Amino acid sequence: MSTDLDALYQEIILDHYKNPHHQGLREPFESEVHHVNPTCGDEVTLRVHLSDGPDGLRVDDVSYDALGCSISQASASVLTDLVIGRPVDDAMRIHDEFLTLMQGKGRVEPDEEVLEDGIAFAGVAKFPARIKCALLSWMAWKDATTTAQASPAGSTRPVEPVETKETR
Amino acid sequence: MEGLLPDLDVVRKDFPILSRVLADGRPLVYLDSANTSQKPQVVIDTMVDHLERHNANIARAMHQLGAEATAAYEDARDKVAAFLGAPDRDEVIFAKNATEALNLTANTLVWPGERQVGPGDEIVITEMEHHSNIVPWQLLCERTGATLRWFGVTDDGHLDLAHIDDLITERTKVVSLVWVSNMLGTVNPVNEIARRAHEVGALVVVDASQAAPQLPIDLASMPDEERPDLLAFTGHKVVGPTGVGVLWGRRSVLDQLPPFLGGGEMIETVTMERSTYAPVPHKFEAGTPPIVEAIGLGAAVDYLSVLGMEHVHRHEQTITAYALTGLQTVPGLRVLGPLDAAARGGAISFEIPGVHPHDVSTVLDTRGIAVRAGHHCAKPAHQRFGVQSSTRMSSYLYTTPAEIDALVEGLEYTRSYFGLD
Repeated sequence: MSTDLDALYQEIILDHYKNPHHQGLREPFESEVHHVNPTCGDEVTLRVHLSDGPDGLRVDDVSYDALGCSISQASASVLTDLVIGRPVDDAMRIHDEFLTLMQGKGRVEPDEEVLEDGIAFAGVAKFPARIKCALLSWMAWKDATTTAQASPAGSTRPVEPVETKETR
Repeated sequence: MEGLLPDLDVVRKDFPILSRVLADGRPLVYLDSANTSQKPQVVIDTMVDHLERHNANIARAMHQLGAEATAAYEDARDKVAAFLGAPDRDEVIFAKNATEALNLTANTLVWPGERQVGPGDEIVITEMEHHSNIVPWQLLCERTGATLRWFGVTDDGHLDLAHIDDLITERTKVVSLVWVSNMLGTVNPVNEIARRAHEVGALVVVDASQAAPQLPIDLASMPDEERPDLLAFTGHKVVGPTGVGVLWGRRSVLDQLPPFLGGGEMIETVTMERSTYAPVPHKFEAGTPPIVEAIGLGAAVDYLSVLGMEHVHRHEQTITAYALTGLQTVPGLRVLGPLDAAARGGAISFEIPGVHPHDVSTVLDTRGIAVRAGHHCAKPAHQRFGVQSSTRMSSYLYTTPAEIDALVEGLEYTRSYFGLD
């Protein structure tokens, strides 16, 4: 059994893949995006619901419908665990930390305090073809959140879904 | 095994990359040839020799090297013409790849000219096309007001020809189809469709990207009414380099089409007001072409001709039949496309319920086995079969039965790794 393979497919990833958290599309939401990985066709539709909290905007809910491989599905599941219930600013920092890990070519030591189950994706960084799988839902979440922040404060009116393209 | 290339071991030694040992000391098992083929030493050497000894721009350098480079480039055109059995060597146009060749065709039909497409006209393609034979026609329709129509695909992966006479009508200006599908492997009846299209005066465009590597092609010997009007393929899938493709067209049709790109080499004379154009093939080869790539492609098609395309074809069918049998021993595996090796090419797409193609290909990769995972630039064909993506193995003239065995073992391992047993 390959050690690289086991580093990629950590038990945590396979668990999230088989039993994804916060799956499905829910209301209310301020923005919805649809992101596609054009090289493989993996897709995610993702909604965010934000509300005003004591520390500024808060992520009340992230709901999604994703089609894709174990890495992309597990990543969406871990993302929702990490950001739901947090202030948007904190969630953005987690996003940045995850992005740094993915782009670190396997040389970045993940911080379990910040990334929790997300540290299981450290092995993905060594598989260049799979990094986009892990980032698909994170990119969608950032896009949706940025769009929601730009919409009128306190509005829960859904905006038109935004179709975005990832660069190859 | 009956039907394999004679001296397969010797042939494999022509391809240096096949002796590579990958991580964990595993030998490379390259089953991604429909994506790009590997290159024999003679192609590599021809290109290096040209760059080391004969490099110059063509058709404009008056010196000795310019003459040598021009001769080598035009010699490559002769070789490609012979490979296709082209009636006339000037009907062979070098492009960047098959995509550019198809876009050249679609673009030149937009501009005013004898073949210009307009509102009310119809373009017919098929549901099993590569995106490069869908999108250029969608663009053409958007730009001209023409309507795009297509042949559907049957459950067993063949074109549904039941309504051919309703689909190809007096309104049809172009019928563009793939000869061998890059996803389903299906070999399409180009002759039958071309015959019907020509009855209504439509142009027949054939995407031969997967056919040229596998099928013996002899355009001159095809009955006139069954011969395509234009045919595109790419160099890198026929053991040649990337960066060069071919558009073959009937001279009478090429003469009717306006130029595509404007620039050097495609002109007869230029004034500040207007220009006149060179005859084919140069009319469609603006700018410095991919010279060393074309020369490499010449060496590649020569290599295939020496092996004999009928032998290459037989080898592909033998390996494909062996692979179809082996793959179907994997529990749950579903092949997308025809199950009869005689009716298909060497690309076999399949799905294993419970494991995503990405995950299949990653597990195989750690065992040294290279396959493709995704939609293979054929999203509509995947939608037709209700799948978002698939895993695809594709063999070529250097593939051995032992490599197919390694794939089947790798797939069984993949199933157990993901807990499917």
